[in-house]
Amino acid sequence: MALELPDNVVITRLDDLVSWCRKNSLWPMPFATACCGIELMATGASRHDLARFGAEVFRFSPRQCDLMIVAGRVVMKMLPVLQRIWQQMHEPKWCISMGACASTGGVFDTYSVVQGIDRFIPVDMYVPGCPPRPEQLIQAIIDLQAKIQAEGTMFGREFTDPERQLPKRALRESVGGQ
Amino acid sequence: MTNQATIDRLLAAFPAVEPSEFRGQTRTVVPRESVFDALAFLKGDLGFDMLIDVTCVDYLAYRGARGRFGLVYLLLNTGSGERLVVRTFVDDPEPTVPSVVPLWEGANWLEREVWDLFGMRFEGHPDLRRIVLPEEFTAHPLRKDYPLQGRGERHNFPVITRAEG
Ligand code: SF4
Repeated sequence: MALELPDNVVITRLDDLVSWCRKNSLWPMPFATACCGIELMATGASRHDLARFGAEVFRFSPRQCDLMIVAGRVVMKMLPVLQRIWQQMHEPKWCISMGACASTGGVFDTYSVVQGIDRFIPVDMYVPGCPPRPEQLIQAIIDLQAKIQAEGTMFGREFTDPERQLPKRALRESVGGQ
Repeated sequence: MTNQATIDRLLAAFPAVEPSEFRGQTRTVVPRESVFDALAFLKGDLGFDMLIDVTCVDYLAYRGARGRFGLVYLLLNTGSGERLVVRTFVDDPEPTVPSVVPLWEGANWLEREVWDLFGMRFEGHPDLRRIVLPEEFTAHPLRKDYPLQGRGERHNFPVITRAEG
């Protein structure tokens, strides 16, 4: 006997539904320490309007955020602060490393600048550029949304189980660039 | 620009002072022993009531250098608009100069910065602690013999992984 569904009923996996909700309501924590922060602000402002992607609610309390955007160089005095804020954020949480400085230290190869935040905290997306344009940051957020949709699980198993994670490289191709 | 009369009065009181001129700026080199007295004279008698900056130059391996460190005071006379650069040379080991906090309160943080980055001791400073670098830092990184990329301080942190985040 065929089961007939009304038009207003959709069947999906719970993991997919939860990920769909999460990816469309990312709340960024703006960890803007330098010039990249200006582009981060521009991304949230009306011209580029991050609200179109559901991520416009910047919150300055880590307890309300689930996406940390590190925009700018992080010096060694700041790194413990960065780590503490990261730990204060609730699971599930993601991190975008915005710009050359946050990703690699950029041109600041000196005693005081941390040579890439991914040495000390997990990073999901790297945005190249000095500074990246707002379009690039938006692309990173779109890519992150695709990643959340593709590998997300309700209880966050993808964070602890490397088997469940997509390969870091060429993420866009592996999830079909949607 | 400093008035010639001001320079003359300074020279009369401190004959060892060497004045010079560069692009309209007057500089003086004061011997290390009399630097506090000279600054007190400049403030009290010649009206240099404002201390703009205290900074330092490391002359390590510099051609014709007269000492390891050149300590620089930038002074302003707010009444007449005169400016004066006072420089003194201090040598290793344990470079030490008298603090000018008794003359200008504002020297407090400026001297802490020089101590932090160059390791210059200021005798009589009320609170000589690091100001920009973390407390646990051990070196003075603006010295020329400190490596540009540091001694690993920037990598000396615990790593937070996904699982423990
Ligand atoms: S990447 Fe460029 S724009 Fe961004 S913080 Fe570094 S220097 Fe500034």
